[in-house]
Amino acid sequence: MIERPETAVPSIARNLEGYVGFANLPNQVYRKSVKRGFEFTLMVVGESGLGKSTLINSLFLTDLYSKDYPGPSQRVKKTVQVEQSKVLIKEGGVQLTLTIVDTPGFGDAVDNSNCWQPVINYIDSKCEDFLNAESRVNRRSMPDNRVHCCLYFIAPSGHGLKPLDIEFMKRLHDKVNVIPLIAKADTLTPEECQLFKKQIMKEIQEHKIKIYEFPDTEDDEDNRLIRKIKEKMPLAVVGSNVVVEVNGKKVRGRQYPWGVAEVENGEHCDFTVLRNMLIRTHMQDLKDVTNNVHYENYRSKKLAAVTCNGVDTSKTKGQLTKSPLAQMEEERREHVMKMKKMEAEMEQVFEMKVKEKKQKLKDSEAELERRHEQMKRNLEAQYKELEEKRRVFEEEKNNWETQQRILEQQKLDASKTMEKNKKKGKIF
Amino acid sequence: MASTEIARQAGEGVRSVPLAGHVGFDSMPDQLVNKSVNRGFCFNILCVGETGLGKSTLMDTLFNTKFEGEPTQHSQPGVTLKSNTYELQESNVRLKLTVVNTVGFGDQINKEDSYKSIVEFIDTQFEAYLQEELKIKRTLHSYHDTRIHACLYFIAPTGHSLKSLDLVTMKKLDSKVNIIPIVAKSDAISKSELAKFKIKITSELVSNGVQIYQFPTDDESVAEINSTMNSHLPFAVVGSTEEVKLGNKMVKARQYPWGTVQVENENHCDFVKLREMLIRVNMEDLREQTHTRHYELYRRCKLEEMGFKDTDPDSKPFSLQETYEAKRNEFMGELQKKEEEMRQMFVQRVKEKEAELKEAEKELHDKFDRLKKLHQDEKKKLEEKKKGLDDEVNTFKQKKTAAELLLNQAQQAGGATTLKRDKERKNFF
Repeated sequence: MIERPETAVPSIARNLEGYVGFANLPNQVYRKSVKRGFEFTLMVVGESGLGKSTLINSLFLTDLYSKDYPGPSQRVKKTVQVEQSKVLIKEGGVQLTLTIVDTPGFGDAVDNSNCWQPVINYIDSKCEDFLNAESRVNRRSMPDNRVHCCLYFIAPSGHGLKPLDIEFMKRLHDKVNVIPLIAKADTLTPEECQLFKKQIMKEIQEHKIKIYEFPDTEDDEDNRLIRKIKEKMPLAVVGSNVVVEVNGKKVRGRQYPWGVAEVENGEHCDFTVLRNMLIRTHMQDLKDVTNNVHYENYRSKKLAAVTCNGVDTSKTKGQLTKSPLAQMEEERREHVMKMKKMEAEMEQVFEMKVKEKKQKLKDSEAELERRHEQMKRNLEAQYKELEEKRRVFEEEKNNWETQQRILEQQKLDASKTMEKNKKKGKIF
Repeated sequence: MASTEIARQAGEGVRSVPLAGHVGFDSMPDQLVNKSVNRGFCFNILCVGETGLGKSTLMDTLFNTKFEGEPTQHSQPGVTLKSNTYELQESNVRLKLTVVNTVGFGDQINKEDSYKSIVEFIDTQFEAYLQEELKIKRTLHSYHDTRIHACLYFIAPTGHSLKSLDLVTMKKLDSKVNIIPIVAKSDAISKSELAKFKIKITSELVSNGVQIYQFPTDDESVAEINSTMNSHLPFAVVGSTEEVKLGNKMVKARQYPWGTVQVENENHCDFVKLREMLIRVNMEDLREQTHTRHYELYRRCKLEEMGFKDTDPDSKPFSLQETYEAKRNEFMGELQKKEEEMRQMFVQRVKEKEAELKEAEKELHDKFDRLKKLHQDEKKKLEEKKKGLDDEVNTFKQKKTAAELLLNQAQQAGGATTLKRDKERKNFF
């Protein structure tokens, strides 16, 4: 469902006091859209022989595939191909460029692993084309070749979905609008068909396959119709290229010995439901869902891959709401901040180391100073000691010398007196 | 896309096939219209004109309702833009109308920069849309489009010619928005003067290369009326929300002593023409032109400014991814380079500082080596002195010992001699 969130711009309701005329806007839109013309791309997928080409011809009441333009069924394919045919059809002044994409060879091989890959590749490449066209600097008209709807044909086994069916739908349900159809429904009785449909829907739910959902409208009448359609899903269809006469009327149908299975008879099959839904009421919605949901999914995945290259994925969750350019801008700012921080950190580390070194230098200077001081003091002490020693020595020396002198003097005096005495003494 | 697209496809070989019955896709336009009606429409009008030209009154008259706003004074210091959004409904059609008014336009003495805030405003709306369009997860289908779809340029009813401010402003705006010039308060001009005035205005616009909005003539259903209207441009309008009784009806009019100017009388003014063209016939085209022409031009310029360009048509088609990756790589490369540079610078600084500190360390060691040497010298001197002293002490000691010995000997000898003497003496006696 397309959501319509509240817009942030505050608006004031006003009543009009007279006819202004913008009620004519829808007409203007109508006029312009008719002038522009419409486009629609429909893809049909299913095994060979399920009546895909016939159904297309019946849907559009034309011989899309004819003798001049043979359909893919006429050509035997070895591998899965994806082919497109484009036609222009006009009705009631409205021009529609219809592209039918066929997948011949799908499911026909013995080993069908990856047979969905060419289909996925095709769908993605159309989205890629649109993305590139949308992203150009010089944008011209952008033709919309994206696949708007994929009709998936289920073989009328009556039992349930085949593994290939499940696998295919699971892989494509978020890339394109998938509408499953029961092909060649004229091989099932109504009861068998009912059971088959129930079984299929059950399996679809079990495998969480998201098939195209009809949007609810505001109109109750429409809603009732939509609910009726939903009950009939998947639609069981019959196609025919042949017109037969039934009760005087010319109708498209398949002639059997036991009667005619009419294509457009609601009691015979759901063909009319399909046509009404696909073409008359929901064609625009199919295009809108393709544009707003499937294409946007593709685009956001693609762009997220570009901008998140090499970026840690845990950061990217919140970044998806920005454009890649804003993203780069923000990365730039982040980087500048990171650089600033780094610079500040480096600066800090640098300062710290310098401080450390300086401190060490200072310490060692202080240490050396101290040692020098000590040695100096040591030396001074020793000097003092020496001085003291000298002083003591000097004193001693002086004392002794004085003593000696006294002794000398005494001796001298003694010898003098002895001399005297001698002189004296010797007389008697 | 015009019908030329279909023609081109037909020319390209898309074959046309006949239908054998009614398929039913002729309901496509209805489907489209239903969806648009459900979504609601939005339309944004910008009114540019001097204060007092009746812009707000005209809006009220056009939309038959009273919008917000007090009449502004002439004393605004600059041009500001005031925008108001209204939700209107007519039958089942919901319209989100935004009316943007230029406040203070033409009131300043120096009007050189008057157009700037208007251009800025318009660009801001384009930018907002562009940003939304470029987002990774975007919601364009529910985006409230604020881009200006129509610009009503109010020309003062001087009767002579366009003012230079008008020419300058319109020239700056014509590549950004659909300009619809209107002569305001045209009940001040007489019929003959008006005809001359219109001719003068148109010729001045042409000679100055101003591109005003032309009502489209490519759709047959409206080509005729549009081309007629194109020749009536600029529309001379009168606005009024007051009603006057005329006959047995109440009509919107302005009452003068000499008569009543009826707003919706086509002989009196072009109001009805304006309403017809702006709202009833070409509203969708105005929106389309804004998106496909003016917005695209803005977008192209902006992207080119940022360095994006399409690869030439011969090489591979333009891949958004590749460009983004290339830009991103360039950008990352730049950042890494810057980072490297910064690292280098730091390494350099560290080296220098280390060298410095090593120098200091060396000096310190040198200093202390010197001091050590000095100290060694001192020590040596001290040692020498010590030795000197020791020598002296030794000499002294020797002397002392020698002297003592001598003394002893002398004493002994003296003792002996004294003894001898004594003995002699004794003997003598």
